[in-house]
This record gives sequence, structure tokens and C-alpha cells, in this order.
Amino acid sequence: MSFVEYAEFIQDGDVAIIFMSHDSMFPVKVQQGGQTQTRYGVIRHSTDLIGRRFGSKVTCSKGGWVYVLHPTPELWTLNLPHRTQILYTTDIANITMMLELKPGSVVCESGTGSGSLSHAILRTIAPSGHLYTVEFHQQRAEKATEEFGEHKVGHLVTVLNQDVCKDGFGVTGVADAVFLDIPSPWEAIGHAKAAMKRRGGRVCSFSPCIEQVQRTCAALAEQDFGEICTLEVLLRVLDVRAVSLALPDLGKEDEGGLPATPNATVTCRTAMPPREMAGHTGYLTFATKGPV
Amino acid sequence: MANNVDDSPDALCTIGEGDCVVLKRGDIFKAAQIQKNRKVIFEKQWFFLDNAVGELYGTAFEVASGGTLQPKKPKLTESITEVREAGTDNRNIVDDGTSQKLTRDDIETLKGQGLKGQDIVQQLVENSSSFRDKTEFAQEKYIKKKKKKYENTVTILKPSTRILAQMYHGREPGKICHLRYDSLAQMLTLGNIHAGSKVIVFETCAGLVLGAVMERMGGHGSVIQMYPGGGPVRAATDSFGFPKHFLHTLHDFPLCKVQPLLAGRLSPDAQEPDAPPQPNPEGRSQESGGGDSTVEKMESEMERETDDREKRREDKAQERKMKNEEKRKKQLAVAALLQPRNADGLVIASRLHPCPVLLALLKFMAPSRPFVVYSQYREPLIECYTKLREQGGTINLQLTETWLRHYQVLPNRTHPVLLMSGGGGYILSGTTVMAGPPKPTPPQSAEEPSPKRIKLQEADG
Repeated sequence: MSFVEYAEFIQDGDVAIIFMSHDSMFPVKVQQGGQTQTRYGVIRHSTDLIGRRFGSKVTCSKGGWVYVLHPTPELWTLNLPHRTQILYTTDIANITMMLELKPGSVVCESGTGSGSLSHAILRTIAPSGHLYTVEFHQQRAEKATEEFGEHKVGHLVTVLNQDVCKDGFGVTGVADAVFLDIPSPWEAIGHAKAAMKRRGGRVCSFSPCIEQVQRTCAALAEQDFGEICTLEVLLRVLDVRAVSLALPDLGKEDEGGLPATPNATVTCRTAMPPREMAGHTGYLTFATKGPV
Repeated sequence: MANNVDDSPDALCTIGEGDCVVLKRGDIFKAAQIQKNRKVIFEKQWFFLDNAVGELYGTAFEVASGGTLQPKKPKLTESITEVREAGTDNRNIVDDGTSQKLTRDDIETLKGQGLKGQDIVQQLVENSSSFRDKTEFAQEKYIKKKKKKYENTVTILKPSTRILAQMYHGREPGKICHLRYDSLAQMLTLGNIHAGSKVIVFETCAGLVLGAVMERMGGHGSVIQMYPGGGPVRAATDSFGFPKHFLHTLHDFPLCKVQPLLAGRLSPDAQEPDAPPQPNPEGRSQESGGGDSTVEKMESEMERETDDREKRREDKAQERKMKNEEKRKKQLAVAALLQPRNADGLVIASRLHPCPVLLALLKFMAPSRPFVVYSQYREPLIECYTKLREQGGTINLQLTETWLRHYQVLPNRTHPVLLMSGGGGYILSGTTVMAGPPKPTPPQSAEEPSPKRIKLQEADG
């Protein structure tokens, strides 16, 4: 198992996702002799997990069952331990495409945070790309390094514990793309530019507040970035269900006849928007650095 | 490779002859190929791309007289925006159509004199009586609008999913089933498309989705394109200009062979049903033979012609046979890729009903792998969702839609852009799992398969 390469069978040392239901899953570190408690009873790693195929149904000690899934960056985003606010898949998908990431891309990112986006970037740039991720919080930087190792993507990433606004990304002239998710992105635009390849590249800044966006756009324009574009993407999850609608009784044309069948209903399948949903995550500002 | 600091201009970032490129002006894109002496028409203007060869991707060019491109030096563009006199509001501005002193003809004359776009805008500003009364913001907007109209710069870009998806969505949404670029982005991410995997793609989006998947795989792994009808469509895929070795990872398989393959009774076409019908030379080619020639001459000529024709027909038949044989071999090779039923990804985006395709193609997937289905309409996806819930074998089903809004960001004038897309289509995503109860033994065919049919199941084990 690795976050950048599928495996068929579960092995000692893997990370697997225990799936109980759509809104109830969690990651486990598979260890010979290890045990995991669930509300359906115990999962014994040696017998229930190791050697089984990813995607298997596993019966727990109390008779309930769960599915064991191969980790993906998307499942990880839903299950990772939060050390900060994280980026979710909808924004990540757009960041990945609009930054034109692909195998071989060299990317700079700050901050690392909980590593939600980092995992998605690593998946896309493997096997030959590299991620330089800068985090000013020492424990978070250390934890991220540890996780990248456990997820077998350590060879694709360099974690730096420093302040990107002061010290930059630690590299110059290598990046195809730069991503910023920091409180004052405008202070890091110069460093972003310096980190990028001479032939140019793409940059993205994620900010929840419009005031941050304004200052960032001004800084981007000042540093000669082109194609500056700010957008917002929201996800609407539709609930598929069958609803039954009662038919009204409009009476009969011949009034003397029998009364219409009471309680007549029609069932229709529909997809409903949620009563409440995330209405804002952050603004995504993209720009292009031209060739020099 | 990761720490490769050497960034000298190489083949990757220099425009070369034969390259597939994208032309850009404002928010408008057009795919093109760099060919010498080839006239390109873009945004009502024609020019030649010859001079672009050797320049860097991302360079802006000015279209000079005669349709030649001249690399534009940056930094010269902002000369108009000097400090100017400006009004405070629009109370004194009346739209009576007389504020602009230059007429259409005047402007054409200026253009004829070879004046550059920027100079024309300058002239327009100088000859507008109301310009000085406009607010600073309105002046900026006026200049921006006029610049867009009269400046003739073209930027040449390297094609990418971002650019081509935006181009198709802007120019020909009908060709890509109205798949909006953010929806495509969702598909690639939810499908966990990455290097080294085996992905099945079925799309009728001109090959855009296929190209996007290939870009994300970077030439590692394999992509199997399922196609309806006579052959795969790859117009948009070609516009990506992928290096040759990417094509070695691309395979195709006809949809109409899916059920036979699943049943273990694939008989690859020996004779293509859609092969062109035997040409009937009699009658058509004769007409030109007539005229003033003598009967004798005609006869001998006809004889010779018949011989030639016979030979040509034989050659053609031979050629066709070879082609069919090759096609058959290829089809068998792709069948062998699908047969182990261990695909890592499935991406569907088509104008056909997704339900039958999805149910059939899911059978080629390994457990614990993501799949995504796009449809312009939500009802077919509701049906897919319902069927999948009934039959099992998939979890984590989600029917979603994304909402996309662009913003104008300017000092003191930040607001959402006035127009936005009303809908970008719907996506059903999910994860395969191993079927719960032991599978019923595959239905053994009652009828004896004919000896000609190749039982792949046995061949592959």
C-alpha cells in the first residue's frame, strides 16, 4: 500500500480505511497482532486484515461487518486527524487542475497544515515530481513528515519548518506551481515568484476573506503575474430518495358515482439538495507567471 | 529529477514546428498547430504562426501587417494609464451619441495607416468629449473595453487540461456534453487518476476527458478507451499534443464487445462489419474512358484496366486482411487487459444512458477502487444510484453537483462577475467493494460455443 500506488492485499504496516457507513469511517495502522475496537466489536489485524484483499467485508467480533478500503487522498481528507482547518476535495480538485499538476510537476506549498492537500498533490505528481512544503509550526511539520513516511510518499516530499513570508520555500527556480494557504499570502508572492521556474508556471492562493484576496491580487499584479483570476467553488451533495406524493381528490365527473380511492399516492425518485450546506470555504485566486 | 535546478530553455518550453498549441486572446482560446505558411483565423483576424517557432510558450505576440507575429515586449502596455483629469460621478454625462468625434471611417483609416491597437485607443480617448467627465473607474473600464476591441495581441500557450477544458466549455459545450471544467476537475480527483494505474474511460466528449485522464497518468500505466460505434473519437485528445510514448499506454475496445467478453465468449472480428463495402468499379470509372477513342483502343485499354483493377482489388483485399488481423490481435490484447477484472479506475462521461454502461464496466474493476460517472442530467444518475444500491458491490455513493462563481477583484470594486454558469452537470461517484454473498456460479452457456470462438477465460486463467 502506498498513497501513490494501489496494492491488492493488506500488509503489515499499511494504513487502511475502516468503512462502516458514509459518515462513519476511520483510518487504522495495520500491525501484526494489533486490535481495533469498533461499535460492532473487535477487528483483529492478524486474522481479519493482513493478507485480505482491500475492499473485503470483515466481520467483527460482535457479528457486525465493515469494509476495509485502500487509502486514497480523498478518503484521507475525510479521515485525517485535524491539526488545522483543512482543504476539502472540491477545492483540491480545482486547485490541482488549475495549477496544471501532473506526474513530474515540482510544487511548492505553504502551509502544510494537516496535509490534506499535500497528499492529493503527491498522488498527482508521482512518480517523478517533488513537493516542497513549508510549515512554520514545528510540531505540525514533524507530524506531517512522520505521516508522509507512513504513507510511503516520503521520497516525494521535503518538509521545511520555517516562515514562508520571511524565508521563502528554500528553493529557487524549480517550481512549476506554488500554492499558498497562509494568513497573509501577499507577503509571500515574491518568494513564490522566486521559487518558480524561469519558463513560468502557475500560482494559487486560498483565502477565506475577500480583503485577503484583494491584497493578494494587488501583489500578484505588482509582481507581473498574468491571468489573475479569482473564483469560488461549492459542492452540493444531492440526497437520492423515493418520495411519495398523495394524489388529491378532485371528485368525479359523474357526481353520483363511487368516491375516488382514498389515500392514492404516486412514488417518484428524486435527488434533493440538503437543508443546509457549506456555503463558503475560501476564494481561490490563480495566476500565471510568464516566461523570462 | 526533483532537485533539478537546471532550467535552461529546452524543447518542452520552446514552441516548435508541428506543435499543438492554444492561441489565447482575453478569455478566448483556440487550438491550433504550428505549420509554416499556414493561415490561421482567430477572432476575425488572420495571421501566420511561423514567427512563433523558437519562442517560449506563454509569449504574447502582436499581429503586425501581413499577418506576421511579433513577440511583444512586456511593460509597454500600461502607458495610457497616466494620471488624468476625472469626474466624480456621471450626472453630467448624456448619451447622445456625439461624445466620440472619430467616425467608423476615421478609425478604419487609422488602422489602414498601420496604427497599433494601443495608439488607436489613445486616439479614441483624446477624441472623446465625455472621457474627462467620467470617474476614474469608468475611465479604466472604458480603456479596458476599447483595448479588448482594438488590441491585436495573441498569446501562444502549451495545451493543458485547464486550457482545453475551458476552451471547449466556452466555444463548443455541445461537443463535450456541457461538462464544465470544475466538474471535470472533480472527476479526475474523485476518480483518483494517477500515474501507474489501469483506467477505463468511456466518454463522448470529443476525447477531452480521455486527454485529461492521460495527462494525469503522464504516460505511466494504461488507459482503455471504450467506444461506441465505428471507432474512438479523439479530436480533443489530439489537441493535447502528447509525446508519442503516451500513445503506447492508450488502448481501445468497442462497447459492443463488452457483453461477449464478460460472458467469456469474445470472438474478435475477423471481418469488420463496418468495413467499407466492396467498391463497384463497373459503371463509375467507365465514363472517363469514353470519348473519341476507337473501339479497338477502348477494348485493349479496358483489358488492361481490368487487369489493373483486379490487381488493385487483390492488393486492397490483402491490405484489408492484414489490417483486420492486426485489429483482431489488438482487440485480443485489450481483452487480456480487461479480463483479469482488476482495473483501478472507471470514468464515464457520455451522452448515452450511463446506467447499462456503468453496470457492465464496473465488472472489470478491482475492489476498493473509485469510479465516477458524469451526466448532464440528474435523472439517469438517480437511476444508476438506485440500481447500484439494489445490486450491491459499491459503497460511498454520492450524487453531487458543483457551483462555480468568478469574481472581479479591483480596489474598491470587488464583486461577483455578473454572469455565471447555471449548471455544470452532475457526478455520481463511489467505491467498489467485494461482492458480499458468495457469487452465484457464472452461468454456463447451454449451447456449445462454436470452435472458432476463443475462450479467453480459459486462455487467461
